[in-house]
Amino acid sequence: MRSIWRTLDRGLARDIALVCLADGVVGLSYGAISVGGGLPLWVPILLSIVVFAGASQFLFVGIVAAGGSPIAAMIAGLLVNSRHVAFGLAVSDVIGGGWRRWPGSHLMTDENVAFAMGQDEPGQRRAAYWAGGIGIFVCWNVGVVIGGLAGSVITNTDVFGLDAAFPAVLLALVLPALRDRRTRTAALVGVVIALAATPFLPAGVPVLLALAGLLFYRADKPALEVAR
Amino acid sequence: MTNTPLLLTGIAVLAVGTFSLRFAGPALRSRIEIPEKAQQLLAAAAIVLLTALVATSALTQGHGPAGIARPAGVLVGGVLAWRKVPFVLVVVAAAATAAGLRLLGAP
Repeated sequence: MRSIWRTLDRGLARDIALVCLADGVVGLSYGAISVGGGLPLWVPILLSIVVFAGASQFLFVGIVAAGGSPIAAMIAGLLVNSRHVAFGLAVSDVIGGGWRRWPGSHLMTDENVAFAMGQDEPGQRRAAYWAGGIGIFVCWNVGVVIGGLAGSVITNTDVFGLDAAFPAVLLALVLPALRDRRTRTAALVGVVIALAATPFLPAGVPVLLALAGLLFYRADKPALEVAR
Repeated sequence: MTNTPLLLTGIAVLAVGTFSLRFAGPALRSRIEIPEKAQQLLAAAAIVLLTALVATSALTQGHGPAGIARPAGVLVGGVLAWRKVPFVLVVVAAAATAAGLRLLGAP
């Protein structure tokens, strides 16, 4: 494990720290919103430790706090998290084998997957994945506890524009990969499909449908080049 | 409000299910040999999913559009990232743009 910290270069370490910090602030708002919505403090905290997947947690507490069934909330959460199967296939060699696979799988988030995919060298990929995963886990959970204790004082971090910071972080992380034309074509088709499906389908499903964009992954036709 | 055993069951199943979804990829990969081309496709799949996540979380809220402030913030962040501006500035600029526009009354 010590070699991970040695491998991490300074710029990358700073970027990861920034994402961890931002995740901590979002965790804060999640904790505050949950408790403000009338849920006991242990609910958001337990979810953060055992589920550890932001979008599905927001969805879960949102449904339950609105009086919905925990079973419906659970199903919605699983739908949102189903993208992790594809992530797991893509980063499995970054996680490593043996015992590492257990904590490594639990630490999987959009952010550290994107960080890992953004590195060229295998050592850096592994370091980015693990450092990002551990850092986000710690900051997220600390943020949730503080936010939950602060209760209804901070209910809306949108005032600080944090809801825009998150897509921007992910965008910055995937941009290098989008320089590859085949990947970019597939991603653009996927985006169109996901956006078109959003009004009609439950949360999480539109993003999965984006995988249909992969049908265009090998489209190397000149016509597409011109159209772009 | 809601009954605690049912809530605990919901959380437990979500936790076990989420872990299984995450564990499935690494577990499968260690069991089967995946050809080079398929590996490239898997890497592209992760990027396609992440890009779709960027688009939906930037442009939509629930089943409808997300207003103006958030997409504008993400756009500013994206342009700066494309110009290879340091990551810190990308994050701060995106948040500041959205916060500033909301201060001016944009949705």
